[in-house]
Amino acid sequence: MTYRITPIAGIAALTLAAGAAHAEGELNIYNWGNYTSPEMIEKFEQEFDVDVTVTDYDSNDTALAKLKAGGHGFDIVVPSGNYVPIFIEEGVLMKSNPNEMENFGNVAQRWVDVEFDPGREYTVPWQWGTVGVSVNTSVYDGDINTAGLIFDPPEELQGKINVIPEMNDVMGSAIHYMGGEQCTTDREVLRQVRDKLVEAKPHWLSMAYGNIERLANEDIAATLNWNGASMRARLQNEDIAFGYPQTGYSIWMDNAAITADAQNVENAKLFLNFIMEPENAAMLSNFARYANGIEGSEEFMDDVMAEAPEINTPEELADAGYISKNCPPEAQKIYSQIWTELTK
Amino acid sequence: MARSFDVTRQPGFTMIAIACFVLLYLPIILLVAYSFNAGQSISQWEGFSLRWYVSAWDNEQIQDATIRSVIIALGASLIATSAAVLAALATTRTTPWRGQTVAFALINQPLMVPEIVTAVSLLIFFSMIKVWTGYTGLWYLVIAHAAFCIPFAYMPIRARLQGMDLNLEQAGADLYGTPIKVFRHITLPQLWPGILAGGMLAFVISLDDVVITEFVKSAGQDTLPTYMLGQLRRNITPEINAISTALLAISVLLVTAFFFMSRTRK
Amino acid sequence: MPDPISSTARTRAALLAPAMAILIFAAAGPLIIVVLYSFLTPGDYGGVVWDFSTDAWFGVLAERDFFTEQLSWADAHLTVFWRSIKLSLLTALLSFIFGFPTAYFIATRPRRSRDIWMLLVMIPFWTNLLIRTFAIMELIRNEGTINTVLIAMGLFTQPVQMLYTEFSLLLGMTYVYLPLMILPIYASMERFDFRLVEAGYDLYATRWQVLRRVILPIVKPGIVAGSILVFVPCLGAYVTPRVLGGGKQLMLGNLIELQFGQLRNWPLGAALSLTLLVIVMVALIFYVRTVGAEERGHG
Repeated sequence: MTYRITPIAGIAALTLAAGAAHAEGELNIYNWGNYTSPEMIEKFEQEFDVDVTVTDYDSNDTALAKLKAGGHGFDIVVPSGNYVPIFIEEGVLMKSNPNEMENFGNVAQRWVDVEFDPGREYTVPWQWGTVGVSVNTSVYDGDINTAGLIFDPPEELQGKINVIPEMNDVMGSAIHYMGGEQCTTDREVLRQVRDKLVEAKPHWLSMAYGNIERLANEDIAATLNWNGASMRARLQNEDIAFGYPQTGYSIWMDNAAITADAQNVENAKLFLNFIMEPENAAMLSNFARYANGIEGSEEFMDDVMAEAPEINTPEELADAGYISKNCPPEAQKIYSQIWTELTK
Repeated sequence: MARSFDVTRQPGFTMIAIACFVLLYLPIILLVAYSFNAGQSISQWEGFSLRWYVSAWDNEQIQDATIRSVIIALGASLIATSAAVLAALATTRTTPWRGQTVAFALINQPLMVPEIVTAVSLLIFFSMIKVWTGYTGLWYLVIAHAAFCIPFAYMPIRARLQGMDLNLEQAGADLYGTPIKVFRHITLPQLWPGILAGGMLAFVISLDDVVITEFVKSAGQDTLPTYMLGQLRRNITPEINAISTALLAISVLLVTAFFFMSRTRK
Repeated sequence: MPDPISSTARTRAALLAPAMAILIFAAAGPLIIVVLYSFLTPGDYGGVVWDFSTDAWFGVLAERDFFTEQLSWADAHLTVFWRSIKLSLLTALLSFIFGFPTAYFIATRPRRSRDIWMLLVMIPFWTNLLIRTFAIMELIRNEGTINTVLIAMGLFTQPVQMLYTEFSLLLGMTYVYLPLMILPIYASMERFDFRLVEAGYDLYATRWQVLRRVILPIVKPGIVAGSILVFVPCLGAYVTPRVLGGGKQLMLGNLIELQFGQLRNWPLGAALSLTLLVIVMVALIFYVRTVGAEERGHG
């Protein structure tokens, strides 16, 4: 039945789509899903008369594979800090010198000279956050600033724990919990880490994303989590609190950069400069619910953001944070083995 | 038994069939219900509202992705079904021939290889072509989808062909002469349920594809599944429910309309 | 008797050409790249380095413990292989248990309403797979619809843990692949002549005998097609295990994806994929052989 109409409709539609519109100015952004404020994009489009297209990816690795293969058509990409050196080494980013741009002065001091892009020759801050523990305080009322909730779970939490399936974050957390440093290749430490993880796994309900809903619904009572996600869960269920593990928690930053084979370099540069404007950076934060690393953006942010304990790290726990970095292949190899063992 | 002996009856079959339909529709009912949720959640009911329809209507990215999904599925299923009909005619009811195994292996190959593998190899292969030709349009996705849809379209068509009566065709061949006429007037009408089944399967399979699309797509080519995949690690809003419900409603309406039109014409 | 349509080798080739061209271009051809990759060395950050190596193939079945340096079976891989095969077989079986009676039910409706029933089967599948999977998750999660109803009815006091178990995987995959079973069975049964069944009853056959001796042999091609269509994609399933398995019930598709993603070992991913391919082929050959032998036996 339906198939009688498809030939004409299908071919017509395809022809239409193939000859897509060519606006004067174009910009193709390749970003994490649900991460780009539509309002901010609209503002950019109007200000510069540029047609912006946003396309999504769901992991740094997918993005890297696609950029490396070529022929993708993307101008802007937003890799995480620990992936930036890889992206640079693999030659998929353009040295666009954002540090010479007009708005660069707005970048907060701590985010100017970052290890993953010293002096910011390639990237500008997009959003940053932390990896900690979200806990339902009506289920567990002890100290929440410890990764022990995940790796040595107290009775109340057992069987109600989730862990995000991010190898770097989980390994980092576990290594610090066992007294090591991120990217360690110390075999003794790693053996303990493996044993600890394998021992803890039966107490975990799942290793999955999408924990905002599940926290709010109380399907899970604790999870290794990103701070922004934890805040969103708290807005739906006030019992959810975010703990910063004292043994060490990782700090990540996603960064916008221009791709090496960008077609619309000028527009891409305009865009990088644009998102370093406090008001625009605040639009990003209000949408994605993370901090942005741009000085002066706070005053444009929603109240829930400005006051959130998830976004504003408590003074006394600030030192426990470490900036997540890319581990060398030797470490990665061992971590892979542990991770396969853990997730099998 | 009140009625006379029913030869088609098998004990318990109707029960299982009904259970099957219930199972099929439960999730869909939930999905539709939550599209009217007033709250942020796809799992906590907070009252009736149309807000997600409004916000989906305003969300350009979702709309583009939806339309693109449908276009690709239409194009791919059409190509795949046509190719599958021809292939099924070529491979059914013949004596064994050289190359038969190779042909079967090729047709079924997309079924045997996990998507991620095809996806990675297509990424590498298509990227080379994209760089070489400079063309980055939607056809890559349509062809990639058509390829993995072929076995899904082929199977029911072939099953149908195998169950068909050869004598009719033979008689037709004696009367009409040309194979094309025989095909049009005898084979095709009988084959139609198989083609329909195959086409529908292909359409659905294309509509669902995530992994291959994710790897093959170029800038601005998100489909609904890849758009959702991108949201998976952050948060999914009932916007998705709203757009799915709308799509569902549209297709049900269209199909019903065609159904009745084709009926009255007969 | 020669078939009037595909009698000559040349027509056959012409008929096959479009399908073959598409498949070679966009499915089978690029696979050569995968074979090639499985014999290369993993790049530090994904991708491959062009150095010949058989490490990936070795790594499919064996591993060296990073601490004790001891060589052993790759226990994790074997676990995942076994789980994938087991769950795929069970899914095919479940789909058959639900799908066959449903196809039969539809095929025995009056001719006019059959199309409507088939549409009813297909409609749920016009909704995207991911969103359907999320709806299933909503049904079976601890605070979800089914548990709420069960507890309200007083059948249980505690929610039953269904999500993130093998049960949830089976349910989800059966749901996803059910039409792949129903459609081919229906297609082969739709023209079934029930006078044959009548003849069977005239000879005093029981319903079971009629089912086994008359109906099943005729719809067998449909069942075979359906089982293959369900079993094989299940083996490489990715989305359902990821959402409903909760990441703790890895299946082969996820393991392979992991190699191409976070674990950055493309050659191992390629080798694992080819291993999967071999499993599928062995299963298919076995299946075709047994079915074929049985058919000859009956003939």
